[in-house]
Amino acid sequence: MRIVAEHLSYVYNARSPFATAALKDVSLTIEEGEFFGIIGHTGSGKSTFVQHLNGLIRLPSSLKRYKKKKLKKGQLPPPETVLKVGDIDLGDKKTDFRALRKHVGMVFQYPEYQLFAETVKEDVAFGLKNFSKGLSDEETERAVKAAVEVVGLDYEALKDKSPFELSGGQKRRVAIAGVIVTRPEVLVLDEPAAGLDPLGKQEVMELLHKLHSEWCKTIVIVSHDMDEISENCTKAAVFSEGSVKFVLPPKELFRHADELTALGLDVPLTAKLCAALEKRGVSLDCDLTVNDFVEKVLARWVAQKKGDNA
Amino acid sequence: MKAIAFSNVSFRYEEDSPFVIDKLNFSVEEGEFVAVLGHNGSGKSTLARLANGLLVPDAGSVSVFGVQLTDKNLFDVRKNVGVVFQNPDNQTVATIVEDDVAFGAENVGLPREEIGRRIDFALRAVGMEAYRHATVARLSGGQKQRVAIAGVLALKPRAVILDESTAMLDPRGRREIVEVVTRLNKEEGITVVLITHFMEEALLADRAVVMNRGEIVMQGRPEEIFERQEELVTYNLALPRIGVVCNRLRAAGMPVPNTLDAEALAEEIAKCV
Amino acid sequence: MKDVSFGQYYPVDSFSHRLDPRLKLIFLIAYIVAIFLASNFYGLALCAGLLVVIVVVSRIPFGKVLRAVRGVLFLVLFTAALNILFYNGETVYAAWWVFAITKEGLIFSAFLALRLVLLVVCSSMLTYTTTPVSLTDGVESLLTPLKWIKLPVHALALVMSIALRFIPILMDETERIKNAQKARGADFESGNLFKRVKAMVPILVPLLLSAFRRADELGDAMDARCYTGGNGRTKYKKLRFTWRDLVAFLAVAALITGVVLMKVYLPAPY
Repeated sequence: MRIVAEHLSYVYNARSPFATAALKDVSLTIEEGEFFGIIGHTGSGKSTFVQHLNGLIRLPSSLKRYKKKKLKKGQLPPPETVLKVGDIDLGDKKTDFRALRKHVGMVFQYPEYQLFAETVKEDVAFGLKNFSKGLSDEETERAVKAAVEVVGLDYEALKDKSPFELSGGQKRRVAIAGVIVTRPEVLVLDEPAAGLDPLGKQEVMELLHKLHSEWCKTIVIVSHDMDEISENCTKAAVFSEGSVKFVLPPKELFRHADELTALGLDVPLTAKLCAALEKRGVSLDCDLTVNDFVEKVLARWVAQKKGDNA
Repeated sequence: MKAIAFSNVSFRYEEDSPFVIDKLNFSVEEGEFVAVLGHNGSGKSTLARLANGLLVPDAGSVSVFGVQLTDKNLFDVRKNVGVVFQNPDNQTVATIVEDDVAFGAENVGLPREEIGRRIDFALRAVGMEAYRHATVARLSGGQKQRVAIAGVLALKPRAVILDESTAMLDPRGRREIVEVVTRLNKEEGITVVLITHFMEEALLADRAVVMNRGEIVMQGRPEEIFERQEELVTYNLALPRIGVVCNRLRAAGMPVPNTLDAEALAEEIAKCV
Repeated sequence: MKDVSFGQYYPVDSFSHRLDPRLKLIFLIAYIVAIFLASNFYGLALCAGLLVVIVVVSRIPFGKVLRAVRGVLFLVLFTAALNILFYNGETVYAAWWVFAITKEGLIFSAFLALRLVLLVVCSSMLTYTTTPVSLTDGVESLLTPLKWIKLPVHALALVMSIALRFIPILMDETERIKNAQKARGADFESGNLFKRVKAMVPILVPLLLSAFRRADELGDAMDARCYTGGNGRTKYKKLRFTWRDLVAFLAVAALITGVVLMKVYLPAPY
């Protein structure tokens, strides 16, 4: 499912002295199959944007009481807001938002804090039972088992345990299983690695790649770790003060190091190294993953040695 | 003098569970900046709680600035060793910054004027003077943690322990905290124990200590520790990305040093290619 | 951030912000007494007049004040509706079965609604202009005599202040958990009462767990900062009477006198 947003704006506490614009005329397209990164500081609008994607924040035009404002004479109509996930129009009053949420899974920050059921099995089944009423017990169990296993946990060993007895990393996996159990086509994750130790972070990112290849077509992660973005994403959007500043593949994005620094954002290590090498007259054409960087450097080095020997 | 000294300390949370800290000997010199590294569950947070008397060892003894911790002198020990915890939202008692910073100083019964001076000092030390009358809830994560540090500093402790105080912050907030504690150590001479799972943060420390299963398994200058990368990996510690790059280049035989400085690494790579 | 207006400190510097919190608490009680003493619209108008003055000198935006009223609007309308329908008056405008809308009923319910609104606005003025810390200091100080009967006055005051500090955090958290469960298809809006109560479980369990976790951590953080209860504690913010307190005292005294005079000399009821 392709995600298309055009001229999306959102104001918190509208019509009050505390009104703050969280999104200002955002247009962004996320193609199906992408591993998409959303970058920005707290308050940049990135969380507000992703909450639109599964209708947790609704467009005014999708609400029952919405009426189009009448234009004054000579006034130009404002650009039309569009928000579509696949064929589902999120600006339409008739849209079934619960059905939408089945297709767009959302994993919030620290998702382990939303666990509530007595057993792992029940907790993971929660979403499934909500979305697909009338599933047989066997069908439910089969789906739950598959979800728990795909996140790398032992279903038989954990299914009857209380989710609160598990370790931190296991809890987070169970929470993710509870979202992907309905096999959403798009999976959105807000800071999926927050608060984990580096090894835990690495494991979560590996899990997301696994999900991307065999479970959910499109993955969108919100992150402020530039290394995480350059290492994992096919494309990334930079949010700042409610607007989108860049939408580029990491390789091209991090060429704008100065602009990113001006926005208070970092660049990944590989980009720093490439820039430092460039200054010394060595230009590497690498995609900014550690893997590719090391390979390109070694290839240059080997070629150099051969040249020296010859 | 030793700021913190553990001698043969063992601790477990429940009678029949395994020891989280096992016959630990560990000390921190006065004025030292020590980083304690370890994966989740390695016992490093328990260490912080034992050093400040929030937990009592099952065996062995803990001394703080030459005074052995007992039930009776907890209060004095806590004045000397402050702890800053992980979650920025769960450490502030008051709604307004200065009221919260005052809390500890009020607890030990300081006179009003002195509390005022302590608030001035503490907020200046963490660079938050401008936020004295601000509402805590409206601050960023990094700012909240700086207020938490100020709240501890108002007691004029001789040592400060940061128990994963950067884990829930974004990169900007993490940098703020590391800068503040480095300054406290260098300028105020306060002993700092920084407990973290980010190796980059350990770089500025005088000494890095690696914990695993309640024991100290490695210690030395941070650069030395990072050299022993294979060993670190066996303790479930992931290397900083630059360490990974160095490691892989060196494994292929390239003559680059083990460094954590990107410019220096680029310099050496440029020489080779 | 979700808007939680009622009971939130509004940080500006004003005459009312600088009043002694103990006096503010006493004034609030006196003001409430005045509202209930007032037996006609003249008295209430006097109360309302003073309240408008208070709002203006407190530099609280009017929208903020209205929002506090909005929180209890349902209650106000509900009681008003009941009174309109059930009040036994003489001048009947319309009647149906056991209900009757009478002139007296309309007047009486307007009177009551005004009373309620004044009550809510004056209480929220206290919390808008007083930080939780000074509020609890005030409560603690006023309750000091109760220490004689072994009431843990300090602990009670501290509990109150921490509650005020954590309410917005827990409101935010509720919203977050609710969104997370909604994303998993939870439905809080449809079904009968029983179903809706049951649908709250996935919110309440994580919320309670989170509250306990926070309490635990806060306890540690307080211990680590040498908290041992009220004994031997000093206060950074000393409560002191100033000329402002005198002015405020005179205003409240004048209000009560005025209300009593109107009660005696002006035609009641209403």
